[in-house]
Amino acid sequence: MSNLVEVPVNPEVVQDQFVVYKKPKTLTDKPLHYCPGCAHGVVHKLLMEVVDEMDIQDKIIGVAPVGCSVFAYDYMNIDMQEAAHGRACAVGTAIKRMMPDKFVFTYQGDGDLAAIGIAETIHAANRGENMLVVFINNAVYGMTSGQMAPTTLPDMVTTTTPFGRDVKTMGYPLRMSELLAQLPATYYITRQSVHNAVSVRKAKKALRQALEYQKEGKGFCMVEFVGNCPSNWRMTPLESQKFVEEKMTQYYVVGDVKVPGGK
Amino acid sequence: MGEIRLMKGNEALAEALIRVGCDGYFGYPITPQSEVIEYLSKEATNRTGMVVLQAESEVSSINMLYGAAGTGRRVVTTSSSPGISLMQEGISYIAGAELPCLVVNVMRGGPGLGTIQPSQSDYFQATKGGGHGDYHLIVLTPYNVQEMVDFVKLGFELSEKYRVPAMVLADGAMGQMMEKVELFDQIPRRTEFPEWATTGKPHDKERRIVTSLFIEPEVMEQVNLRLQAKYRQIEAEETRFQTMNLEDAEYVFTGFGLGSRIAMKAMELAREKGYKVGLIRPQTVYPFPYAIYRETAPKIKGILDIEMNSGQMVEDVRLAVGDKTRVEFYGRMGGMIADPESVLKHFEKVYLGVE
Amino acid sequence: MAKSLGDIVINIEKCKGCELCIAACPMETIALSPKINQKGYHYAIKVQDNCTGCLNCELVCPEAIITVYRKIVK
Repeated sequence: MSNLVEVPVNPEVVQDQFVVYKKPKTLTDKPLHYCPGCAHGVVHKLLMEVVDEMDIQDKIIGVAPVGCSVFAYDYMNIDMQEAAHGRACAVGTAIKRMMPDKFVFTYQGDGDLAAIGIAETIHAANRGENMLVVFINNAVYGMTSGQMAPTTLPDMVTTTTPFGRDVKTMGYPLRMSELLAQLPATYYITRQSVHNAVSVRKAKKALRQALEYQKEGKGFCMVEFVGNCPSNWRMTPLESQKFVEEKMTQYYVVGDVKVPGGK
Repeated sequence: MGEIRLMKGNEALAEALIRVGCDGYFGYPITPQSEVIEYLSKEATNRTGMVVLQAESEVSSINMLYGAAGTGRRVVTTSSSPGISLMQEGISYIAGAELPCLVVNVMRGGPGLGTIQPSQSDYFQATKGGGHGDYHLIVLTPYNVQEMVDFVKLGFELSEKYRVPAMVLADGAMGQMMEKVELFDQIPRRTEFPEWATTGKPHDKERRIVTSLFIEPEVMEQVNLRLQAKYRQIEAEETRFQTMNLEDAEYVFTGFGLGSRIAMKAMELAREKGYKVGLIRPQTVYPFPYAIYRETAPKIKGILDIEMNSGQMVEDVRLAVGDKTRVEFYGRMGGMIADPESVLKHFEKVYLGVE
Repeated sequence: MAKSLGDIVINIEKCKGCELCIAACPMETIALSPKINQKGYHYAIKVQDNCTGCLNCELVCPEAIITVYRKIVK
């Protein structure tokens, strides 16, 4: 570590006119409470970048879930509502029905969306509610410190599956994107990840696409993110990214699951 | 003079919801109040553009109500006892987030799946909390179809004034009976919404957050103190009740909603027999009109409370009068309804020793 | 031939030392400082003056604390 000396900035380059990236203005300055390396931060950032680029800060209402992202409204500088555990899709449905000309999204984890709230999720999708669901699937209950989620992989160790998830007694991980893609009223369902620079670029395009569809009144869109949970997976952030690439995306295949016109 | 119609209680309530300028209804069918969503499905959207949405469950209905109320719209859900039990978590969140809205409970007999017949056994649930946390609803109890209409309007007005959710606590009898009713004229739906509503962040103002989460205990206590201050103000200013024949009364019959209606008839029968009986009928059961009972108690020989339950409001009556007068109870449960003659007989037995 | 001169500015007080930017950087421009910030994290620093402004570091940064600059020199 001896040669690790900070190199000063190059004043020729570090000038306002040469900025190619800075934090979106719709992201607040509050430091994120998430653990180091958590995918939530990346997705928050992408979502707010898209809000900035579409210039819809005054036209979008977000719904935060219960789970690690319960405080999403602390970081997103837009009007937001905090829903009861699992009920974000019901809350989002009503906001959109009251204000069809506004943009609405829910931001939910796997426990919230796929366990306690699966009825609300499926029925909102089945009604074709014209809103965006941002689904963070990291295969574990993060906030309550690492219990089994409906999306926990087979044989994966969690605090409530200390010997690994036994699919014979604990069921199989739910592929929510494939499940919702079956419903005729869903319009655009895609699964993305943010575990490297290439995937982050694609993920942002998916979010933008979903909000553009909402603008056109196309109906229910979901962007699922195969996320990580370094703390509860008992991994370093880099190990968790490797796990996403080697294990998670094997079961949860990244890519569009349902696109307009069928595929 | 408004339009006069002969209407079933549930339909009159639904008609009032349209006329009060409701923006949204979110509900799930359950006997004995399914006529409300049926009536609205047929009438509402065409007339006012009101959104009527049949949810997948009562759990979803109440959370839709939360979301819609958070946009500053005038919104409502209706259900009956088991459905209202399912909604309790959401009601607690709505109270915590200080969202105005209306919840209607057309009560049926319990516990459990119980019966579809009228009952009043959700008094404790409605007035003493229901869900978790220190909160109250403003609870209005109609005793006829007219009040099914009037309390819709009053409920919204009070709820919006205080940002406290309101409940119309009716019962299967009020929902199913037909009576003459005077309807108020159509109120236009609002086009402007409160400052706190999440309608999209204004450019020049702070963002709005609808939440019941206050993780710092110092903040959570302050939220609670503010709520309690509102409840004290509501108790001081919004208590509503009706009295009859108290001037010369030696005894008082009391009850809420259906119970008070039966008490009223029993009072008439008693008067015909020469007994000096008066009546106190709370219209709000939260806030409860403790004062009128306290003031009346020293002047009378006893109170007979009539409810279609095992004796719930009677606890508040006893709390009000202490040992200043004797309090007796007459009730039927499980969907059975007391008849005025039996009430009178019970009165004669316990207070006059007549077998 | 046009040349891309890049640079980054990291808000070190908000850095949690997750090292994702370090792994994402194709030029090995970034490393973890032996020093710690006020939160107690070793934070990311620029250790080589060879940034091309490719954006990879900011793309993977969960904290959105890297500002990227790029100047095209003919």
